Formats: sequence, structure tokens, C-alpha cells
Amino acid sequence: MGMDRREFIRIAGLSTLLGLGGKGAFELLRPGQVEAAMAAKPEAQGVVRWAMVVNMQKLDEATAKKCIEACHRVHNVPDFKKPKDAKDTLPPEVLNRYEVKWLWTEHFHNAFPGEDHPNMLEKVAHLPFLLLCNHCDNPPCVRVCPTKATFRREDGIVNMDMHRCIGCRFCMAGCPFGARSFNWRDPRPYVADTFPGYPTREIGVVEKCTFCAERLAQNMLPACVEASGGALVFGDLNDEKSRVRDTLKRYFTIRRKVHLGTNPQVYYIV
Amino acid sequence: MLEKALIGTKRYYLLLAVLGGIFALGFLFYLQQLKVGLGITGMGRDVSWGFYIAQFTYLVGVAASAVMVVLPYYLHNYKAFGRVTILGEFLAVAAVTMCVTFVLVDMGRPDRVFNVFKYPTPNSVMFWDIIVLNGYLLLNILIGWNVLECERHSVAPPKWIKFLSYVSIPWAVSIHTVTAFLYAGLPGRGYWLTAIMAPRFLSSAFAAGPSLLVLLCLLVRKYTKFDPGREQIQSLAKVVTYATLINVFFFFCEVFTVFYSQIPDHMLHFQYLFAGLQGKARLVPFMWFSIVGMTITAILLTNPKLRQNENTLAALCGMVIITTWIDKGLGLMTGGFVPNPMEKVTEYAPTVPEAFITLGVWALGFLVLTLLYKVAVSIKEEIRS
Repeated sequence: MGMDRREFIRIAGLSTLLGLGGKGAFELLRPGQVEAAMAAKPEAQGVVRWAMVVNMQKLDEATAKKCIEACHRVHNVPDFKKPKDAKDTLPPEVLNRYEVKWLWTEHFHNAFPGEDHPNMLEKVAHLPFLLLCNHCDNPPCVRVCPTKATFRREDGIVNMDMHRCIGCRFCMAGCPFGARSFNWRDPRPYVADTFPGYPTREIGVVEKCTFCAERLAQNMLPACVEASGGALVFGDLNDEKSRVRDTLKRYFTIRRKVHLGTNPQVYYIV
Repeated sequence: MLEKALIGTKRYYLLLAVLGGIFALGFLFYLQQLKVGLGITGMGRDVSWGFYIAQFTYLVGVAASAVMVVLPYYLHNYKAFGRVTILGEFLAVAAVTMCVTFVLVDMGRPDRVFNVFKYPTPNSVMFWDIIVLNGYLLLNILIGWNVLECERHSVAPPKWIKFLSYVSIPWAVSIHTVTAFLYAGLPGRGYWLTAIMAPRFLSSAFAAGPSLLVLLCLLVRKYTKFDPGREQIQSLAKVVTYATLINVFFFFCEVFTVFYSQIPDHMLHFQYLFAGLQGKARLVPFMWFSIVGMTITAILLTNPKLRQNENTLAALCGMVIITTWIDKGLGLMTGGFVPNPMEKVTEYAPTVPEAFITLGVWALGFLVLTLLYKVAVSIKEEIRS
């Protein structure tokens, strides 16, 4: 069959259009199925569900600080207060706005707004509650992301592809826990010692705690857990014999903003 | 028809030059933003959307309001609006152009914008917003341009154009509904978590958009030989009146639910906006001006004498534009983010570069508007003579 150039271009153009529309249509009818079919099958193993318990009875100011430092060091989280070069010193009014934090502390009434009352145990009111991404079972950040740059893994970790993120910051509006940070400027001049085990970031992308997915892959505990001296417990919620399950069985725990239905997987012993 | 945009009076060229100049200035600041990052704006980790997304939201409303001239003309055969539909449609084109540009300037990684199409994600409202906005842009260009061309050659528009005109009516409603859904479905933002968000968006859109159209009609009449018509302007004024009244009503519905229920997650945002929170009250005078001004304007608009006098009408339309802009731009964005999820207050104010980039995008929009209106008005003048 003969085909002139005009005809060829017409068919090629049409099939390109259909190709694009075709994938979109699939995504509409069976969301995620196309990607899933293209990705490798998960390894045959018991389903893991990672979770963390923060034991506030064991966590003091110094330990919390150690956890944060450990986390921020191995993830190259910038400290805008400490530029490597004095010429990059930032005016004080932007420090709070630019701040990138994966792990940080808040007082009870900020960590659990509305749950405090004037006569509560004073000690608890002043504890440094360690906050991080809750790796929700039903994460709004994943729901709103227009490119699946934020996604939920089989093991419950809400992770990010910082190479796909377009920087629209819809996830920051969606997260009810303030767990997401945006790179408002180049973070690299503010990373004291670049840790080779994790990429540094460019301007314009969102980031957050990953439950140390890169360390879990090497059978290591999350950096904060390792530095916590037992105040943080981490493990597989689906494994009855795991430390995390055992801790949840023995202590009463609370979680942040459960009424919003995101089902956070960071538990607090007060 | 495009040639009509190329020849004009000295004043026309001057206007283009001024708008082009402002756009260029904004573009220079945008280059700085590309290099340094969005940190040159006043946004931050707590108020992570600011001026850009506020303008975007407001302008989606302006774009949607074209339906207020298209609907009576096509569905109710209200012939008088035949003369101004083109102005409404071209205003929509300019407004959507600004919307798309504002989203683009707000992106941290505009170089990756095509990821949205490469990885289509229907569970994200933003995916739908991009579809409906671009679709609406295309619809209005197609309809406006073809109808104008047919008018020029004194032939009836083809059937498919009429079909598209009908499609554009629900489509206009959809763009603002979907835009409201960007906000109204987020679990942790009490100020936005309200089912009346989309209706409020539509009412303020149908107040602000036709107000702008009234002002544009008056300008067109003053500076060209084409008269959009007194009856047309008066009909638009009635649309503005009802929409502003409904918008004020919706606001008080919101206030009732929030304050009678006494749920703190919802009240705190209103308290920040109208009384200040934790000693911070930057927006309080703006918000009071907005709601008091809007209410008084709505009441004044019900007086036919004030509407019929085109000077007072213009002033009232100006008030509607300003007060709804404060409510839906400034207040909606900052109010949603303050206090933050830890109930802390970080205030927001745009920076100088941010303001210039914003101004630049507006200039781009008005440049598109001027060019399109020039074409439309020239054709209308040509037909008349």
C-alpha cells in the first residue's frame, strides 16, 4: 500500500493524540492500573506496614535534638541560619519562611491543637513533642498531587519523587500536619556537610520525612530512631511480634488529628 | 481579522506600549524568581500560596462570568446581548490567559509543567482544573473568533459553533466549581472546608466579572465608534446587583455556620481575618472594608436610579470589583493558611518583586484584551459604516 508523506503525518499525528488520550482514559477508569502493570511485581513477602511510636515519657529536649540532628544530617536538610559562606547570610525575617524541616518539636497545644486545657499536667504541656510526616493510611497529599510525585508505597510509606515534583505546593495545602517543606531557594549553600548517602535538592521542589525509606532498604532503622536511645519505636504494624505492636499493646497512645480521617501512623505515648 | 489589531490610533499604540512595558518589567523580575527561587516572594512554609494563586482564583471568576452574556443570548434568545457576547468571550480569553500564566509563575519547577500531562492523575483536582481551564480558553477563542468573522461577512455562524456555544455555558460553571474544589476538599483547612465554597465562588464571579464588563463597555463607548448599548449595560447592571446580593448572603450563611457551631478549627481563620489572632491583624482593615463595602454596594445597587445613572453605576461596579477581590484574593488565600496546622500565626504580605510579577501578568492579560477588543470593535465599526 502506498502512502504519501501527507497521509503518513496525518496518521502519525492522530495516533500520537490517541496514544496520549488512551493513557488518560485508562487512568480515568482504572487509576494507577497502567503504571502498576508497567512496574515490576512486588516481591513475594508478607505485607509490611511501617509505623512509629514516640514515647514522650522517655523523650527529653536533648534526645529530641539528637534525633533531629541525626535526621537532618543524613538527609542533607539545610539550616538557613548557618550558611557555609558568609556571603549567603539571609535576613532574619525569611528564616522562618524558608525553613525546611523533616523532624521538629512543638508544645502539646501546637502538636494537638484543641486537646489542651488550662488545668492539664504541666509537665506534659511543656514536653517537646517530636513531629514528622505521619505516613497516613489515607494521605491527602497523595490525593491532591497532580503528577503522582507524592505516592503511597505498599508498605505504607508516603514517599516523594523530587525529580517529578512540579512545585505546585498543593500537597502543602493538603497536609493537615504541616509536615511538608518547600525549597524556596537553593538549599545547598546551607548544608554544612553534604552526606553522600542521600541526594541534595534543587530549588522549587517539596520534601518531607520518608521514614528513612533508603535506610530501611538496607535493613537499617530510621536515623531518628537510632539516635533516640529507645524513645522512638519503629517497626512493622502487621507483624504481631514487632516492637511497635508490642508497645501499642502495652501503652495507651494518641495520634494527631484523627478526626480528619487520614489515619496517621505515628503514635504518641504521653 | 488579525490585521485589525495592527493598525490603530496613536493612543492605541501608546496603550500597547505601556502594557508591553509593564509586562517586560514583570518579566525581568520573573527571571530573578527563576534564578533565586520563589523565596523572593512573601510566601513561606506556612502561607505557601499567596498573591499569584489569589489572582488566579479571582480571574477564573472573571472568565466564568462570560456565561452571563452568553446564556441569556443563546438560551433565552435575549437579542440585545448579541452585541456584547463577543466582549464577554474575549474578556474570558484574556482572563484565562492570565489564570494560566499565574499558575505557571507560581510553580516551583515550571520546566516540568508537562509532567501534568505525562502522568495524568485524575484524583487530583488540579488535573481537572487544567483540563477545564484550557478547554474553556479554546472554546472562547473558537466561538468568539468564528462568530465575529461570520458577522463581518454577514452570514449565519455554522451549526457547530452554536453547539460549542451551548457547551460553553455549563463549561463556564465548571471552571469555577473545579477551582473551588481545589480548596474545598482539603481536610485540615477549616476556612476552605465548606460546601458553599463553589456557590460563593460563582456568586462573586458573576458579581465581579459583569462589573468589569460594564466598565469595559463604558470605555469602549467612550473611546471608539462602537456603542455596546445602554440596554445591554443596564441588563449587566441587574446581573451585578443580584449576584452581589447573593454573594453577601452566602458570606453571612458561612458566618452563621462557623460561629453558631463554635468549632474552633473554623472560627480561628475568621477571627484572624476580622479581629486578628495572637496579636497579628494585618488584614483586619482590608476585610472589614471588603465586607462592609460589599454590603453597602449591594444595597445601593438595588436602587434603580443609582443603576441608571452610568456614573454612579461605574463607581458601584468599581466597588464590587475591589471588595470581591479583597474577599476572594487576599482574604481567601491568607485566611486559609492562617493559623497554620499547629495553630501558629505567620502573616503574609507580597514582596516588591512579587507585586511586579503580578502586575506584569495583569499587563499581559490586558494586552491580550486590548488586541482582541481592538479586533472586535474594528469589525463592529466596519459593519456599521
